[in-house]
Amino acid sequence: MAKHHVSATVNGDGVEFLCATDQTLLEVLRDELHLNGTKEGCGTGDCGACSVMLDGRLVCSCLVLGVEAEGRRIETIEGMAVGQELHVLQRKFLEHAALQCGICTPGILIAARALLARNPDPTEAEVRYWLAGNLCRCTGYHKIVEAVQDAAREMRGA
Amino acid sequence: MSEMRYEAPKTLAAAVALLAAASGGARILAGGTDLLIQLRTGRIEPSLLVDIKGIPEMTSIVADSSGFRLGAAVTLMQLTEHQALAQEWPGVIDGIKFIGSIQVKGRATLGGNLCNASPAADSVPALIAAGAVASIIGPAGRRETPVAEIATGPGRTTLTPGEIVTALLLPRQARHSGDAYLRFTPRTEMDIAVVGAAVHLTLDERGICSQARVALGAVASRALLVPEAAAAVIGTRVDGPALACLAEAARAASQPIDDKRGTREFRLRIVGVMAQRAAEIALDRARRNS
Repeated sequence: MAKHHVSATVNGDGVEFLCATDQTLLEVLRDELHLNGTKEGCGTGDCGACSVMLDGRLVCSCLVLGVEAEGRRIETIEGMAVGQELHVLQRKFLEHAALQCGICTPGILIAARALLARNPDPTEAEVRYWLAGNLCRCTGYHKIVEAVQDAAREMRGA
Repeated sequence: MSEMRYEAPKTLAAAVALLAAASGGARILAGGTDLLIQLRTGRIEPSLLVDIKGIPEMTSIVADSSGFRLGAAVTLMQLTEHQALAQEWPGVIDGIKFIGSIQVKGRATLGGNLCNASPAADSVPALIAAGAVASIIGPAGRRETPVAEIATGPGRTTLTPGEIVTALLLPRQARHSGDAYLRFTPRTEMDIAVVGAAVHLTLDERGICSQARVALGAVASRALLVPEAAAAVIGTRVDGPALACLAEAARAASQPIDDKRGTREFRLRIVGVMAQRAAEIALDRARRNS
């Protein structure tokens, strides 16, 4: 059967792709657009590794169909650094060693940026609740929370 | 290879026509947080997905003097951000906030939580206690049905083929009224209710309870409206003895199962506790709402 022709914006660039109805946005990003920074963990919306922004909302790209992206604005981890300059969150994750295997990291960075856009000075509890949909099996979360709060401090100029 | 079609109609009439023509082979796609998992696991194999998020009536929130009209495809995150709704119906918002992660709430909808018909759906007991009504459109036209009468069992509803829940209708919160929803889960986030309890009550000028509704989740094959539990506090000051009677009525109405999340015995014990605590919060909110 005919595939859908979809036009969307990914990290500010217009893109066009073909997808079958049952292809998820995650599969489109990785397999059609070759943006492999977004990871697949569970594929059922539980782990948050595939987190992206869809029209400014934090979502799991495994729970969005590619065809639903028509006319929409998508932001992925590939759009986070500007050229060679890392986003403050990315730099703080390195400084605090807030990652080990790295599979969860792109999703957590996208989710953390969405948090700081709404709440520039989150408490530890607020960070932990916001990131409850992002599982990390390596770090025990402590360094992640520290990195997010440290990034928030720097972004506030505090 | 999938033969599944995808349509994104712009009007309710077009959506109803698509569903009617598919004669049962179509599924409605709202937030997709349940549907995409069912597709992925092969539990369902629809011939057509009807994405209703392009229909303005389904994706808007209208607040006026008669109440709130919550489009069935509005995302849960949008609902949590609506200040007037949170102020008047904090119990409904509490239920919504318990659902999934931020990511899931960025997509999931009230219509989906209701029509997926999980007995543990967190938004449903609070909506039932609030007296919410589902606005439905279908091949035979429009109708309105209390939320309590939509689900009949896990994954089953009273909706007929081709029908769509377009909105959930909430009245304005009356003076001296308040609502609350509590659930028991082993974890604070990303969990499914072992027991849920919602209470809405209204006090008269003397502080006597004049109206109450109690709804329970995850203790039967669908969310239950329990008039006996409400009757236990109506006409009282919602004091200790009345709350004990409410708890006992909640236990008596429950028909829970044993499963990995809790035993029948545990659920029967905890449902009274949760109903009583929810009533205490609703009472406090009613007293503050003058």
